[in-house]
Amino acid sequence: MNAQVINSMPDAISKAPPEEMVHIATDQWTQPFWDAAKQHKLVGAKCGNCGKFRLPPSPMCPKCHSQKIDWVHLSGEGTIYTYTIITRAMSPAVEPYIPYVPAVITLEGGGGTRLVSNIVGARVGDIAIGGKVRVIWEDHKDGMTVPHFELVPG
Amino acid sequence: MTIKDKTAIVGIGATPYTKRGQSAPQTMEELIAKAVLKAVDDAGLKITDVDGFAYFAGGHDTSLLTEILGIPEIRFTATLTGAGGGSAGALGLAASAIVGGLAKTVVVVCGVQQAVLRYGTYSSSHPADPYSSFYLYSGLVSPGQAFALLARRHMHLYGTTREQFAEVAMSTRLNALSNPAALMKKPMSKEDYFNAPMISDPHCLFDFCLETDGAVAAVVTSSERAKDLKQKPAYILASTHGGDGNWGRSLYWFNMPDDLFTSSGHNTVAKQLYEMAGVGPKDIDVAQIYDHFTSQVIMQLEDYGFCKRGEGGPFVASGAIRHKGGSIPVNTDGGQLSCAYIWGMSHVKEAVEQIRGTAVNQVKDAELCLVTGGPSNIPMSGLILRR
Ligand SMILES: [Zn+2]
Repeated sequence: MNAQVINSMPDAISKAPPEEMVHIATDQWTQPFWDAAKQHKLVGAKCGNCGKFRLPPSPMCPKCHSQKIDWVHLSGEGTIYTYTIITRAMSPAVEPYIPYVPAVITLEGGGGTRLVSNIVGARVGDIAIGGKVRVIWEDHKDGMTVPHFELVPG
Repeated sequence: MTIKDKTAIVGIGATPYTKRGQSAPQTMEELIAKAVLKAVDDAGLKITDVDGFAYFAGGHDTSLLTEILGIPEIRFTATLTGAGGGSAGALGLAASAIVGGLAKTVVVVCGVQQAVLRYGTYSSSHPADPYSSFYLYSGLVSPGQAFALLARRHMHLYGTTREQFAEVAMSTRLNALSNPAALMKKPMSKEDYFNAPMISDPHCLFDFCLETDGAVAAVVTSSERAKDLKQKPAYILASTHGGDGNWGRSLYWFNMPDDLFTSSGHNTVAKQLYEMAGVGPKDIDVAQIYDHFTSQVIMQLEDYGFCKRGEGGPFVASGAIRHKGGSIPVNTDGGQLSCAYIWGMSHVKEAVEQIRGTAVNQVKDAELCLVTGGPSNIPMSGLILRR
């Protein structure tokens, strides 16, 4: 790991971005992922023919073009692949949510697929590439649920 | 058959560059029309000679431009898909129209005009579709935030530092100081860089390009015809666009293989470009590298072979991209970081001036100039102009 990396706002606790920032849109291929999220379950889209995982779920497997998907329940554990610390709000309404930390998470059991999410409730200085994380769920007022991740101690 | 050497940029025109929102009350079509007229005049042609338009980043309305400018006939009008990644490739699009016999005089033009304030409600600013929902919910709403994820990973894998990002910002600012058209007029020290507010760690304010209003146009015609025109031609030696399938939707996807993740996505475009041109990185005299973010200048220098993968940080820190004393002077007009941001078209303008020998920070006897389009989702693009 690169010892020179020092995170901005190291003593702050990372927040969740405002849920009003986006309203999740779905189609028939992504709907099962968000349906599972509502049940607080993290699932991966695995090709029902060749077994290749893909994220986001798209209409066909890029390897074999099969449209069959096995929705695999994942452990919810993962590893931080990379992250950024948002230290400045793009609009005034976002200011109370600073800092938040978008991160790319390699999902355990996900065949190498990565999910873009947030590290929340963590001391920012403790966030690092390679860090172990676990999914937690945020239920939104619009009925959708999104995955966030917390640091796994140790 | 390729487009190699068969066409040239014979005219270039730009409106004055202003900070975002300051071009009002001029309209967007007005800015574009003014840039087109200047470029046509620069070429020694008449607007009635124009019979084609090529665009990128969503393009503009050719029918409206035809009406405003009084163009008698359009024979070619096309837009490269994607966003700023297509700037250098739009010149290739114009060249292919001419080589293919569809049109004789094609103008590539791009204008930017933004509201004074960017503020809005979140939902109206960031409408989500089923694919973008997968990253937008994380609050990743601007390219500077998305590219920060690549920059962080590059730092992790290769030990790239913010001091090295700072060198890109400072070198580019230095070039802007001697360019009267550049928006940034104040010198930048390393201290200034580190005092700038952090926006999306590791990207601070000075890692971001400017937000500018303005328009730039370039006139392309056949090399044969170019010889008899007013200006010294800037021959389009090669232009390519596209990208590696594994790079794909990149900044909205983040599932690229590890070796591509910390890149600019230009790998295949660069390879094809050098192949078409029959030259390599050592032959390039000066480069206009799409600088929406300092970190991506470093990754493009790697992808275009000026240094090895992972060595872009030390490479810039050695002074290699400086106008004075650098082995490959980069963004000699002050780039998008310190001159103006017109979706990459100011880089095309500067490249033409370097080839003509009329640039404000002229690289002596520059024969070959590389121009890149913005690292983005497919397509990325490249262009090599020759004297
Ligand atoms: Zn398959």
